Amino acid sequence: MLIPHPVLGLRDAREFAYLGDARLIDRPDPSAPDAEAAFCDYVYLRDNPAGAHRELWFHEHGDHSWLVVTRNTITHEILGAELAHDVALARKRSVK
Amino acid sequence: MRFSGFRVLSEALKGHSGWKPLWRNPDPQPFYDYVIVGGGGHGLATAYYLAKTFRQSRIAVLEKGWLGSGNVGRNTTVIRSNYLLPGNGPFYEFSLKLWEGLEQELNFNSMVSQRGVIYLFHSDWQRDAYRRRANSMALAGADARLLSREDLKAMLPFLNYDNARFPIHGGFMQPRAGTARHDAVAWGYARGADLYGVDLIQNCEVTGFRIVDGNIRGVETSRGFIGANKVGVAVAGSSSRVMAMAGMRLPIESHVLQAFVTEGLKPIIPCVIMFGAGHFYISQSDKGGLVFCGEIDGYNSYAQRGNLPMVEDVCEGAMAVMPMIGRVRLLRQWGGVMDMSMDGSPIIDRTGIEGLYFNGGWCVGGFKATPASGHAFAHLLATDTPHETARAYRLDRFARGYLIDESGAGAQPNLQ
Ligand SMILES: Cc1cc2nc3c(=O)[nH]c(=O)nc-3n(C[C@H](O)[C@H](O)[C@H](O)COP(=O)(O)OP(=O)(O)OC[C@H]3O[C@@H](n4cnc5c(N)ncnc54)[C@H](O)[C@@H]3O)c2cc1C
Repeated sequence: MLIPHPVLGLRDAREFAYLGDARLIDRPDPSAPDAEAAFCDYVYLRDNPAGAHRELWFHEHGDHSWLVVTRNTITHEILGAELAHDVALARKRSVK
Repeated sequence: MRFSGFRVLSEALKGHSGWKPLWRNPDPQPFYDYVIVGGGGHGLATAYYLAKTFRQSRIAVLEKGWLGSGNVGRNTTVIRSNYLLPGNGPFYEFSLKLWEGLEQELNFNSMVSQRGVIYLFHSDWQRDAYRRRANSMALAGADARLLSREDLKAMLPFLNYDNARFPIHGGFMQPRAGTARHDAVAWGYARGADLYGVDLIQNCEVTGFRIVDGNIRGVETSRGFIGANKVGVAVAGSSSRVMAMAGMRLPIESHVLQAFVTEGLKPIIPCVIMFGAGHFYISQSDKGGLVFCGEIDGYNSYAQRGNLPMVEDVCEGAMAVMPMIGRVRLLRQWGGVMDMSMDGSPIIDRTGIEGLYFNGGWCVGGFKATPASGHAFAHLLATDTPHETARAYRLDRFARGYLIDESGAGAQPNLQ
């Protein structure tokens, strides 16, 4: 699989480490009253769809950026890639 | 129709004209007491034990393709009970005991072969970890041996003992572990269930659940609605998709695992060998082909086929530990979709919906569990209480913090 890195162009998926569902960007608020249940869902539960899946890949053997890659889990076709940083900013979240 | 040596002989004389199909091919009835979704190893074993041991009636197994078309027909057939943790040990040992009597139980040759499974160790800490695992196996009633380098050299002279990076210091063996013929296991359970009156319904995909006031009433299928008092789901790699139809999100990701078979060779590999420093394990089938496998590809997949980087990785593992097979030609390679759970251990439990039960999360190791999983799931369906060996496999263990994380990888299914 070749991942279209938004800065570096097409890169072999072997350069990346995989984390999983891009929803992991949306960390629950630890001070919310339902934080315990929310964190349990966040850590353990997944949608796991067959078809388009937005997921986090880390460019370990590259520029150390996190990407949100959209990939079809039935065909392995890669439909797009964005910097996770941009995705998080677009959701008006602060990123370290 | 019972199988026996005499029967085989007499059929040989009659030109094999007397063999009958192993099971009926019935149309679905409008209503069953129990509907099992998924005609893989676990679903078929569940139906068998439900009918035989727990004497429940009116049972159907619904399979979207043909029986055994999923992982039960795609795995590398290793059976063993060398687990470390208390939640797992007794369950897998129960399973191995069922394997030991399976052929008599089913009157079907599932070719259970207790040829032994050896894990190689390459460092002091690995030896210590295996020693600990051997002790914990003893507590669960299983058998284990530590082998010195010299013991190993006598048994497996062909290994690369002096690999510069991963020298082999010894091995950890379970002599009673081994292999079984995967398809025959599915067929044996299917035939057994059919003989007890279970309807095995193929080409029947479950497309939804009918749930009224939190109670299950039946399933919508590609062959129409089928009513049921209780529904047990055992669909392995499709767990998340099927349970989503009941509104559930699971602690599971689906990943692809590949397996490989070479051309047939004379017997050279007497047992199952697990490389301790890379993604590679191997055995030899009774037909002579080398059967080997590594790890999952590492990203969510429903493709039932993997990609080349893992092929390379597995073959590199092979060459590191067993350079003698470098010239053997690969004949076939395929993939199966694994239901990887968040702690690497399975789930056999009720759900929030009355009458709906779930069996899944088998990761890369559910074949060996087939007999015990079927038994435990049947027990749960029939009695509404967990089987004594499967009490730890609760769905709420993640929320309660009672994970059964054999590999210590945490909530990261691609590392489990
Ligand atoms: C390459 C590979 C190697 C493996 N090696 C080993 C090994 O050496 N040892 C070991 O213990 N385990 C091994 N495994 C794991 C093992 O094969 C699985 O954990 C186990 O087979 C899963 O249970 P099952 O047999 O019930 O699954 P399956 O055979 O996959 O059965 C599930 C069934 O559900 C059906 N289904 C899905 N959705 C629906 C629906 N909506 N309606 C109706 N039916 C549906 C599917 O068609 C399928 O037939 C391996 C797996 C693979 C892929």
